Amino acid sequence: MAEITLNSLAHSYGEKPDGQKEYAIREMTHVWEQGGAFALLGPSGCGKSTLLNIISGLLEPSEGEVLFDGKRVNELKPEERNIAQVFQFPVVYDTMSVYDNLAFPLRNIGVPEYKVRSKVHEVAEILELTEQLKRKAKGLSADQKQKVSMGRGLVRDDVSAILFDEPLTVIDPQLKWKLRRKLKQIHEQFNITMVYVTHDQLEASTFADKIAVMYNGQIVQFGTPRELFENPAHTFVGYFIGSPGMNFFEADLIQQTDGTTAIRFGEYDITASQTMLSQLSDMQVNKVTLGIRPEFVHVWDGKSDDAFLVEVDYVEDLGTYKILSFLFNGKMMKARLSEDQKIPSGQVYVSFPEQWTKVYVNDYLVEPKQETQDAN
Amino acid sequence: MQTKVENNKAWFLVLPVFLIVAFSAIIPLMTVVNYSVQDIFDPSTRYFVGTEWFQQVMLDSRLHDALLRQFIYSFTVLAIEIPLGICVALMMPTKGKGASLALILVAIPLLIPWNVVGTIWQIFGRADIGLFGAFMSYIGVDYNYASDPTDAWLTVVLMDVWHWTPLVALLCYSGLRAIPEVYYQAARIDRASRWAVFRYIQLPKLTNVLIIGVLLRFMDSFMIYTEPFVLTGGGPGSSTTFLSQALVQQAIGQFDLGPAAAFSLVYFLIILLVCWVFYTTIMNMQKDK
Repeated sequence: MAEITLNSLAHSYGEKPDGQKEYAIREMTHVWEQGGAFALLGPSGCGKSTLLNIISGLLEPSEGEVLFDGKRVNELKPEERNIAQVFQFPVVYDTMSVYDNLAFPLRNIGVPEYKVRSKVHEVAEILELTEQLKRKAKGLSADQKQKVSMGRGLVRDDVSAILFDEPLTVIDPQLKWKLRRKLKQIHEQFNITMVYVTHDQLEASTFADKIAVMYNGQIVQFGTPRELFENPAHTFVGYFIGSPGMNFFEADLIQQTDGTTAIRFGEYDITASQTMLSQLSDMQVNKVTLGIRPEFVHVWDGKSDDAFLVEVDYVEDLGTYKILSFLFNGKMMKARLSEDQKIPSGQVYVSFPEQWTKVYVNDYLVEPKQETQDAN
Repeated sequence: MQTKVENNKAWFLVLPVFLIVAFSAIIPLMTVVNYSVQDIFDPSTRYFVGTEWFQQVMLDSRLHDALLRQFIYSFTVLAIEIPLGICVALMMPTKGKGASLALILVAIPLLIPWNVVGTIWQIFGRADIGLFGAFMSYIGVDYNYASDPTDAWLTVVLMDVWHWTPLVALLCYSGLRAIPEVYYQAARIDRASRWAVFRYIQLPKLTNVLIIGVLLRFMDSFMIYTEPFVLTGGGPGSSTTFLSQALVQQAIGQFDLGPAAAFSLVYFLIILLVCWVFYTTIMNMQKDK
């Protein structure tokens, strides 16, 4: 059991990286606390697996440190790091029985056979593999093989962490759900740090307490599923999490003649708090990206003074809810309508609640500063 | 009930294969069968002799000796070439320029014509001008493959090992390359020893190529002719006369076509039988119990 710290870690597969683009992992500092269930979420090729292999020691990072409980482990080989890793495709030792497969990591470190037996049976019980113990691993189905792979990680008492690299990719959907539940139970039972790599947001949010979203070799946000949904720290998080993703549009920051600042999108003024506006004018930018989740776009049934009149493009019925696509100043945007809401046609009034309209500069969220004046 | 449409035209699709097999295997084989049951003096004077030639061949002590030698020889070269080939494959580099260079170097013996291999070793082993022979006499070993049966055997076996281990090595190399990297990664995480990696990952994945390797090497070594013929001519005495050479002596040297044909068929059946037994045994061993 261990807390895993990545300290100014960076990795490049090339010998001499030339500029930021060459890095598979850009410099990052990150802590995975002991005992947590974490997901590492990101699109293919963003560096998730690279990061995982660096933690397990299969790859040596070109820069920075990996610390387990504060101790530098860069120089330790995977076999010395007390780590278990489950790969995307199940790895079983074909010629061995399921029992021998599960016993393998223990026998390799010379655990006495009577202890091996009790441990293997315990893990087989948890993974529901008891009936298969005597069978050869070769003839198992994909999900059973993957359970065996996981089991090999679980039999060892001493593991610091279990790393999962998209372990459910080859598993049928119903079994996926079952195995994910199983993992969650195992986590609660053993209190082991678990890092779960996936590109599926649903998988990430059902498994993990906290999700790290990775994009272009960087962790752009680390937070609970709710935080990622309500307060995306990076435009990529907004786009990647949620279905459909966040609406984004680029607006101008206008310095008005009376000294105040306004956010303008075409002919529309977007409301924002005074603190936010002054923060933005301090940053001296003239363009900002605004983002709002389709769930938070307010669609009015009738006319409203504070709302914008937009063109309805089409409405998509997804069973329990509907997705309205509309053109806002020429920009295609989406809003989520509840089941019983009136289906608009032609033109409709929409508004963007200030609380849910997020402001991004250079793709990163501008957090509104705490209004300290209020205390006075 | 639906009536089944009978259409036998599909059989025509099998015809090309049937013709090829007929000309490549069945007709030549039948010629041999034809010779083996008749005593032929000239096309018009021939007598049916039944199993007489077979009986004669089966009781021929010269052939018994050759058969025994043949088995010892085949099993010796297999016992050396298979483990050695695996070792070579495991040691070959997998990446970069070294990998291509190693592949070329290992493959060179396979590209040399068989009678040239025999000639190379004939010269190589000579005590006066051959590198190997001269070296042996230099260090004081009395080595002469032309007069000493043990030396002759040693040279013939060495020659075969040199010539054919690369085949086993290349087969194993390709088998090893087909093992996904993730197996090695998992083994490292499970803290498997180098031996365990070989025993539980590499060897199981090599089984199929090794079966092919063993079968090919068994058949080829069991039929070996050219190289020992060039190197030792079957001597000294008949110490390196293997089955093919005994057969050729009988068929061409003595022109005993009848017994030679009977002998060919027996020879063929032995190879078939050994391969079949080997293959079925391995396949049964692999079944999930």
